[in-house]
Amino acid sequence: MSYEIKLDVFEGPLDLLLYLIRKNEIDIYNIPIALITEQYLEYLDMMRSLNLDLAGEYLVLAATLIHIKSRMLLPPAEDEGDGGDEQDPRAELVRQLLEYQAFKEAALNLEARPLLDRDVFSRGAPAEDPAGTEDEDEVMIEVGVFELVQAFRSIVAGLDKSDDLVIDTERMSLTDKINEIMERLSEKKQLTFNELLGERTDRKGIVYTFLAILELMKLRMIRAYQAGPFGTIRLSLAVEG
Amino acid sequence: MEEKTAIIEAIIFASEVPLTVERMAEIIPDTDKREIKALLEKLVGEYTERGGGFCLMEVAGGFQFRTRQDLAPWVRKLKAARPAMLSPAALETLAVVAYRQPLVKSDIDRIRGVDTSGALKGLLEKRLVRIVGRKDVPGKPIIYGTTKKFLEVFNLMDLSELPTLRELKDLQE
Repeated sequence: MSYEIKLDVFEGPLDLLLYLIRKNEIDIYNIPIALITEQYLEYLDMMRSLNLDLAGEYLVLAATLIHIKSRMLLPPAEDEGDGGDEQDPRAELVRQLLEYQAFKEAALNLEARPLLDRDVFSRGAPAEDPAGTEDEDEVMIEVGVFELVQAFRSIVAGLDKSDDLVIDTERMSLTDKINEIMERLSEKKQLTFNELLGERTDRKGIVYTFLAILELMKLRMIRAYQAGPFGTIRLSLAVEG
Repeated sequence: MEEKTAIIEAIIFASEVPLTVERMAEIIPDTDKREIKALLEKLVGEYTERGGGFCLMEVAGGFQFRTRQDLAPWVRKLKAARPAMLSPAALETLAVVAYRQPLVKSDIDRIRGVDTSGALKGLLEKRLVRIVGRKDVPGKPIIYGTTKKFLEVFNLMDLSELPTLRELKDLQE
């Protein structure tokens, strides 16, 4: 028996509730709260007995259901003068369910569309251009941490996984790395992300270089630019030295 | 075939991304967008009539040659690699972002009733969703929106081509 069972039949508590409503052929605008709450709790018990990691959201909805159930039992407050416009305790939940259902349907509609690279194909995929396009009139956009992390990942992914374990005698320090990058940048004015990281083959060297770049960006010592999505990331000194 | 139509065909063929009418107008001298649109319409019609293996389609605000949908099994054989499919959670999240953008993560969590961090991260990595900015409220939460790639992948001309949400419309009546 594996403990890695994941009940991904339901996308969340709302999904489970919708399933119960459908299963019982219930009118969503008139949910018999007592019945649904009971069944909902039964499902939670079942999921728990299957050793499933029950997300907190499921419990929140259970509490909401019980709360609604108790409110339904109370006689409607009549002391309010205006009365008449009595709010159904289920209204908010129904609204939430309908909204979720709409998006669930929208997701299925999206999935049914002719998807690129699944149902339709464009001409051969654009080749990865490692050298980067050397267009001078490219409009450079400033790169955020997210793009940097992406670039970092693609370099790490390209690493030789079968690297032998090397007991390294060379001790690296972040300060050294930062100084090295600053030196190289003041010499060359501009370096691409790949030039800085790509020449290192050891994981540690790459990690240190990457951390140094992040640190320098935080300190606003350097800037990172990109010509467009997927473009080469270029680094330059923030202040011309 | 008229020379200009041939030029349009050539540049769309050579372009790696859907080519916009604006870009075509820049490339072809003495031609305005209206003329290009008219020529494009003819060209699209020719390809459709021909009934060949691919046609000229309007996606993500531009034009691109794409294979016919019913021929997908053969092209898939050629490509060998299985396309990375989106999980139901990712699709739901994507649908919420597409219809409600720009929005912050807590909005998505509220609609879906679950934490969407994982799904959202996957969509960002696939570049179907992007960070649009930060909301000017305490904590400066990140605002998300869909990308041009989303339109390309889901074969949409623009966001207005998304079908309207049925239930919500009913509810507002």
